Amino acid sequence: MNRAEPLVLGIETSCDETGIGIVRGRTLLANTIASSMDEHARYGGVVPEVAARAHLEALQPAIEKAVADAGVRLVDLDAIAVTSGPGLAGALMVGVGAAKALAISLGLPLYAVNHLVGHIAADIVTPDSEPLEYPTIALLVSGGHTSLLHVRDLTTDVELLGETIDDAAGEAFDKVARILGLPYPGGPQIDRAAVGGDPAAIRFPRGLSRASDLERHRYDFSFSGLKTSVARWIEQREGAGEEIPIADVAASFREAVVDVLVTKALDACAARGVPRLLLGGGVIANRRLREVTLERAAARGVTVRIPPLSLCTDNGAMIAALAAQLIQSGREPSTLAFGADSTLPVTEIQVAEREPVAT
Amino acid sequence: MILAIDSSLGSSVAVVDPATGDVLGRADSETTRGHAEIIGDLIVRALHDAGADPADITHIAAGMGPGPFTGLRIGIAAARAFAVGRGVPVIPVVSHDAAALERLEAEPERPCLIVTDARRREHAVSAYDGLDDGIPHRVAGPELLPQDADPWSILAEDLTTGRASDDSAGSVRRPATEQTLAISAGAIGRLAARQLAAGRIPDLVEPLYLRAPDAKVPGAVKRVST
Ligand SMILES: [Zn+2]
Repeated sequence: MNRAEPLVLGIETSCDETGIGIVRGRTLLANTIASSMDEHARYGGVVPEVAARAHLEALQPAIEKAVADAGVRLVDLDAIAVTSGPGLAGALMVGVGAAKALAISLGLPLYAVNHLVGHIAADIVTPDSEPLEYPTIALLVSGGHTSLLHVRDLTTDVELLGETIDDAAGEAFDKVARILGLPYPGGPQIDRAAVGGDPAAIRFPRGLSRASDLERHRYDFSFSGLKTSVARWIEQREGAGEEIPIADVAASFREAVVDVLVTKALDACAARGVPRLLLGGGVIANRRLREVTLERAAARGVTVRIPPLSLCTDNGAMIAALAAQLIQSGREPSTLAFGADSTLPVTEIQVAEREPVAT
Repeated sequence: MILAIDSSLGSSVAVVDPATGDVLGRADSETTRGHAEIIGDLIVRALHDAGADPADITHIAAGMGPGPFTGLRIGIAAARAFAVGRGVPVIPVVSHDAAALERLEAEPERPCLIVTDARRREHAVSAYDGLDDGIPHRVAGPELLPQDADPWSILAEDLTTGRASDDSAGSVRRPATEQTLAISAGAIGRLAARQLAAGRIPDLVEPLYLRAPDAKVPGAVKRVST
């Protein structure tokens, strides 16, 4: 195996994107994503069984396309990588089953890795970027997760500072969009509705931000109360026969989400003495979140890194990139005895690493 | 050589010689959970048992169900990925047909039913009246029936039209229906070889889930105020 510049194919199926990525060391060669998002629209959220069925359908064509895009041959690969968790169990299993068979068919080592740490690795294969400096704080926000991490070393030392205790931030966007009568997915819809709205019009609550919360939940998030608060505000106005200022509600809701995300992330930077913040996850597509982060981070002397959106949403390239780093740092491949772990902790960067063979 | 994979009930992998139909290697697990954990190990063991190398594989046979969907998908995903890796075709096989092949080879003149657990108090049922080109001829199913229903009822239409009145499927002395507890990948591979030889490869892309996904279209937004 080429450990210096390994050619790795990564398979990601933890939620509703079938992602196949190919990297050579730090160089991105292909990033193929097939999304089942449209199939979930009528349900107002990701339906696990629908996602799992879509992964099975998309897998083979996605692998073929990624290989063609990268201009490589499967026999040239050095390793296969796959997301073991966290994520939707049934969806993860499709990728795990496929990755094992692909690795065996080609006689290649297999690396089973952590999805969240993969999001951090996305930065590494961002074209034309300086190498990521450690330590860094990472804020990962999507429809499936909202996590704040302290990354001292990508392959050995990632600490979970906090995560959502109820809804993920992306889910909150979906649910509030529904309350406002807007379609799924909610993020871009709320953005559109918020145009011209006043983000300070309504002071919606910032979850887990009171002094009494900070002791136990300093870096945790909660968006369920915010969603209820938006619903109640609208019901009261409707009850009084008043018109709903949609733009103001959307802008104020979004501001509450963004505020709490950025405040906690920058608080972590300050408390840990880490002047670097990395963003990841599909919700990073939200322009207001990026704006506020950059503005407030600059004021605090914190450098912000934001990979391009195609590497922020769930993708296989980040999984391949993480495996490439593991290979470069001399780690052994995983055995074949692992499964999908829907609650895999972020401290488990690689699962089922084989015992080194004594020489 | 054909690499056959089925995870519609337990997990089963076999290597079959397409010319002779001999099962050269096999590895099975009867547990109906943990398909994703075990599938890689089974493929390695079946290849090893056959003394085969991945490069010796010319076709993949995939058991397409019916079967409970979470497990069923794992084998198909593995089959398709192995096929991509080697650049070889996948031959889909109805898992019930493979079980019927074994029954009909034992008793060619006797119509049979294949009944498997579909969870949620339902069975998946298929009916066969014999072999045709050495391939089981399915006359009904696969379909879901309540576990307490008479599985022969899937032939009800044939019975009323009299089509089956002169064979044992329609008679009172119909054979006992025993639930099939395991699908053998050996049979999947042998059947794939016959389908290949007869040029009768089923046009089956979707697994035989037989059930729509559990998903509800949300109703009106609920009030939160009291
Ligand atoms: Zn993600």
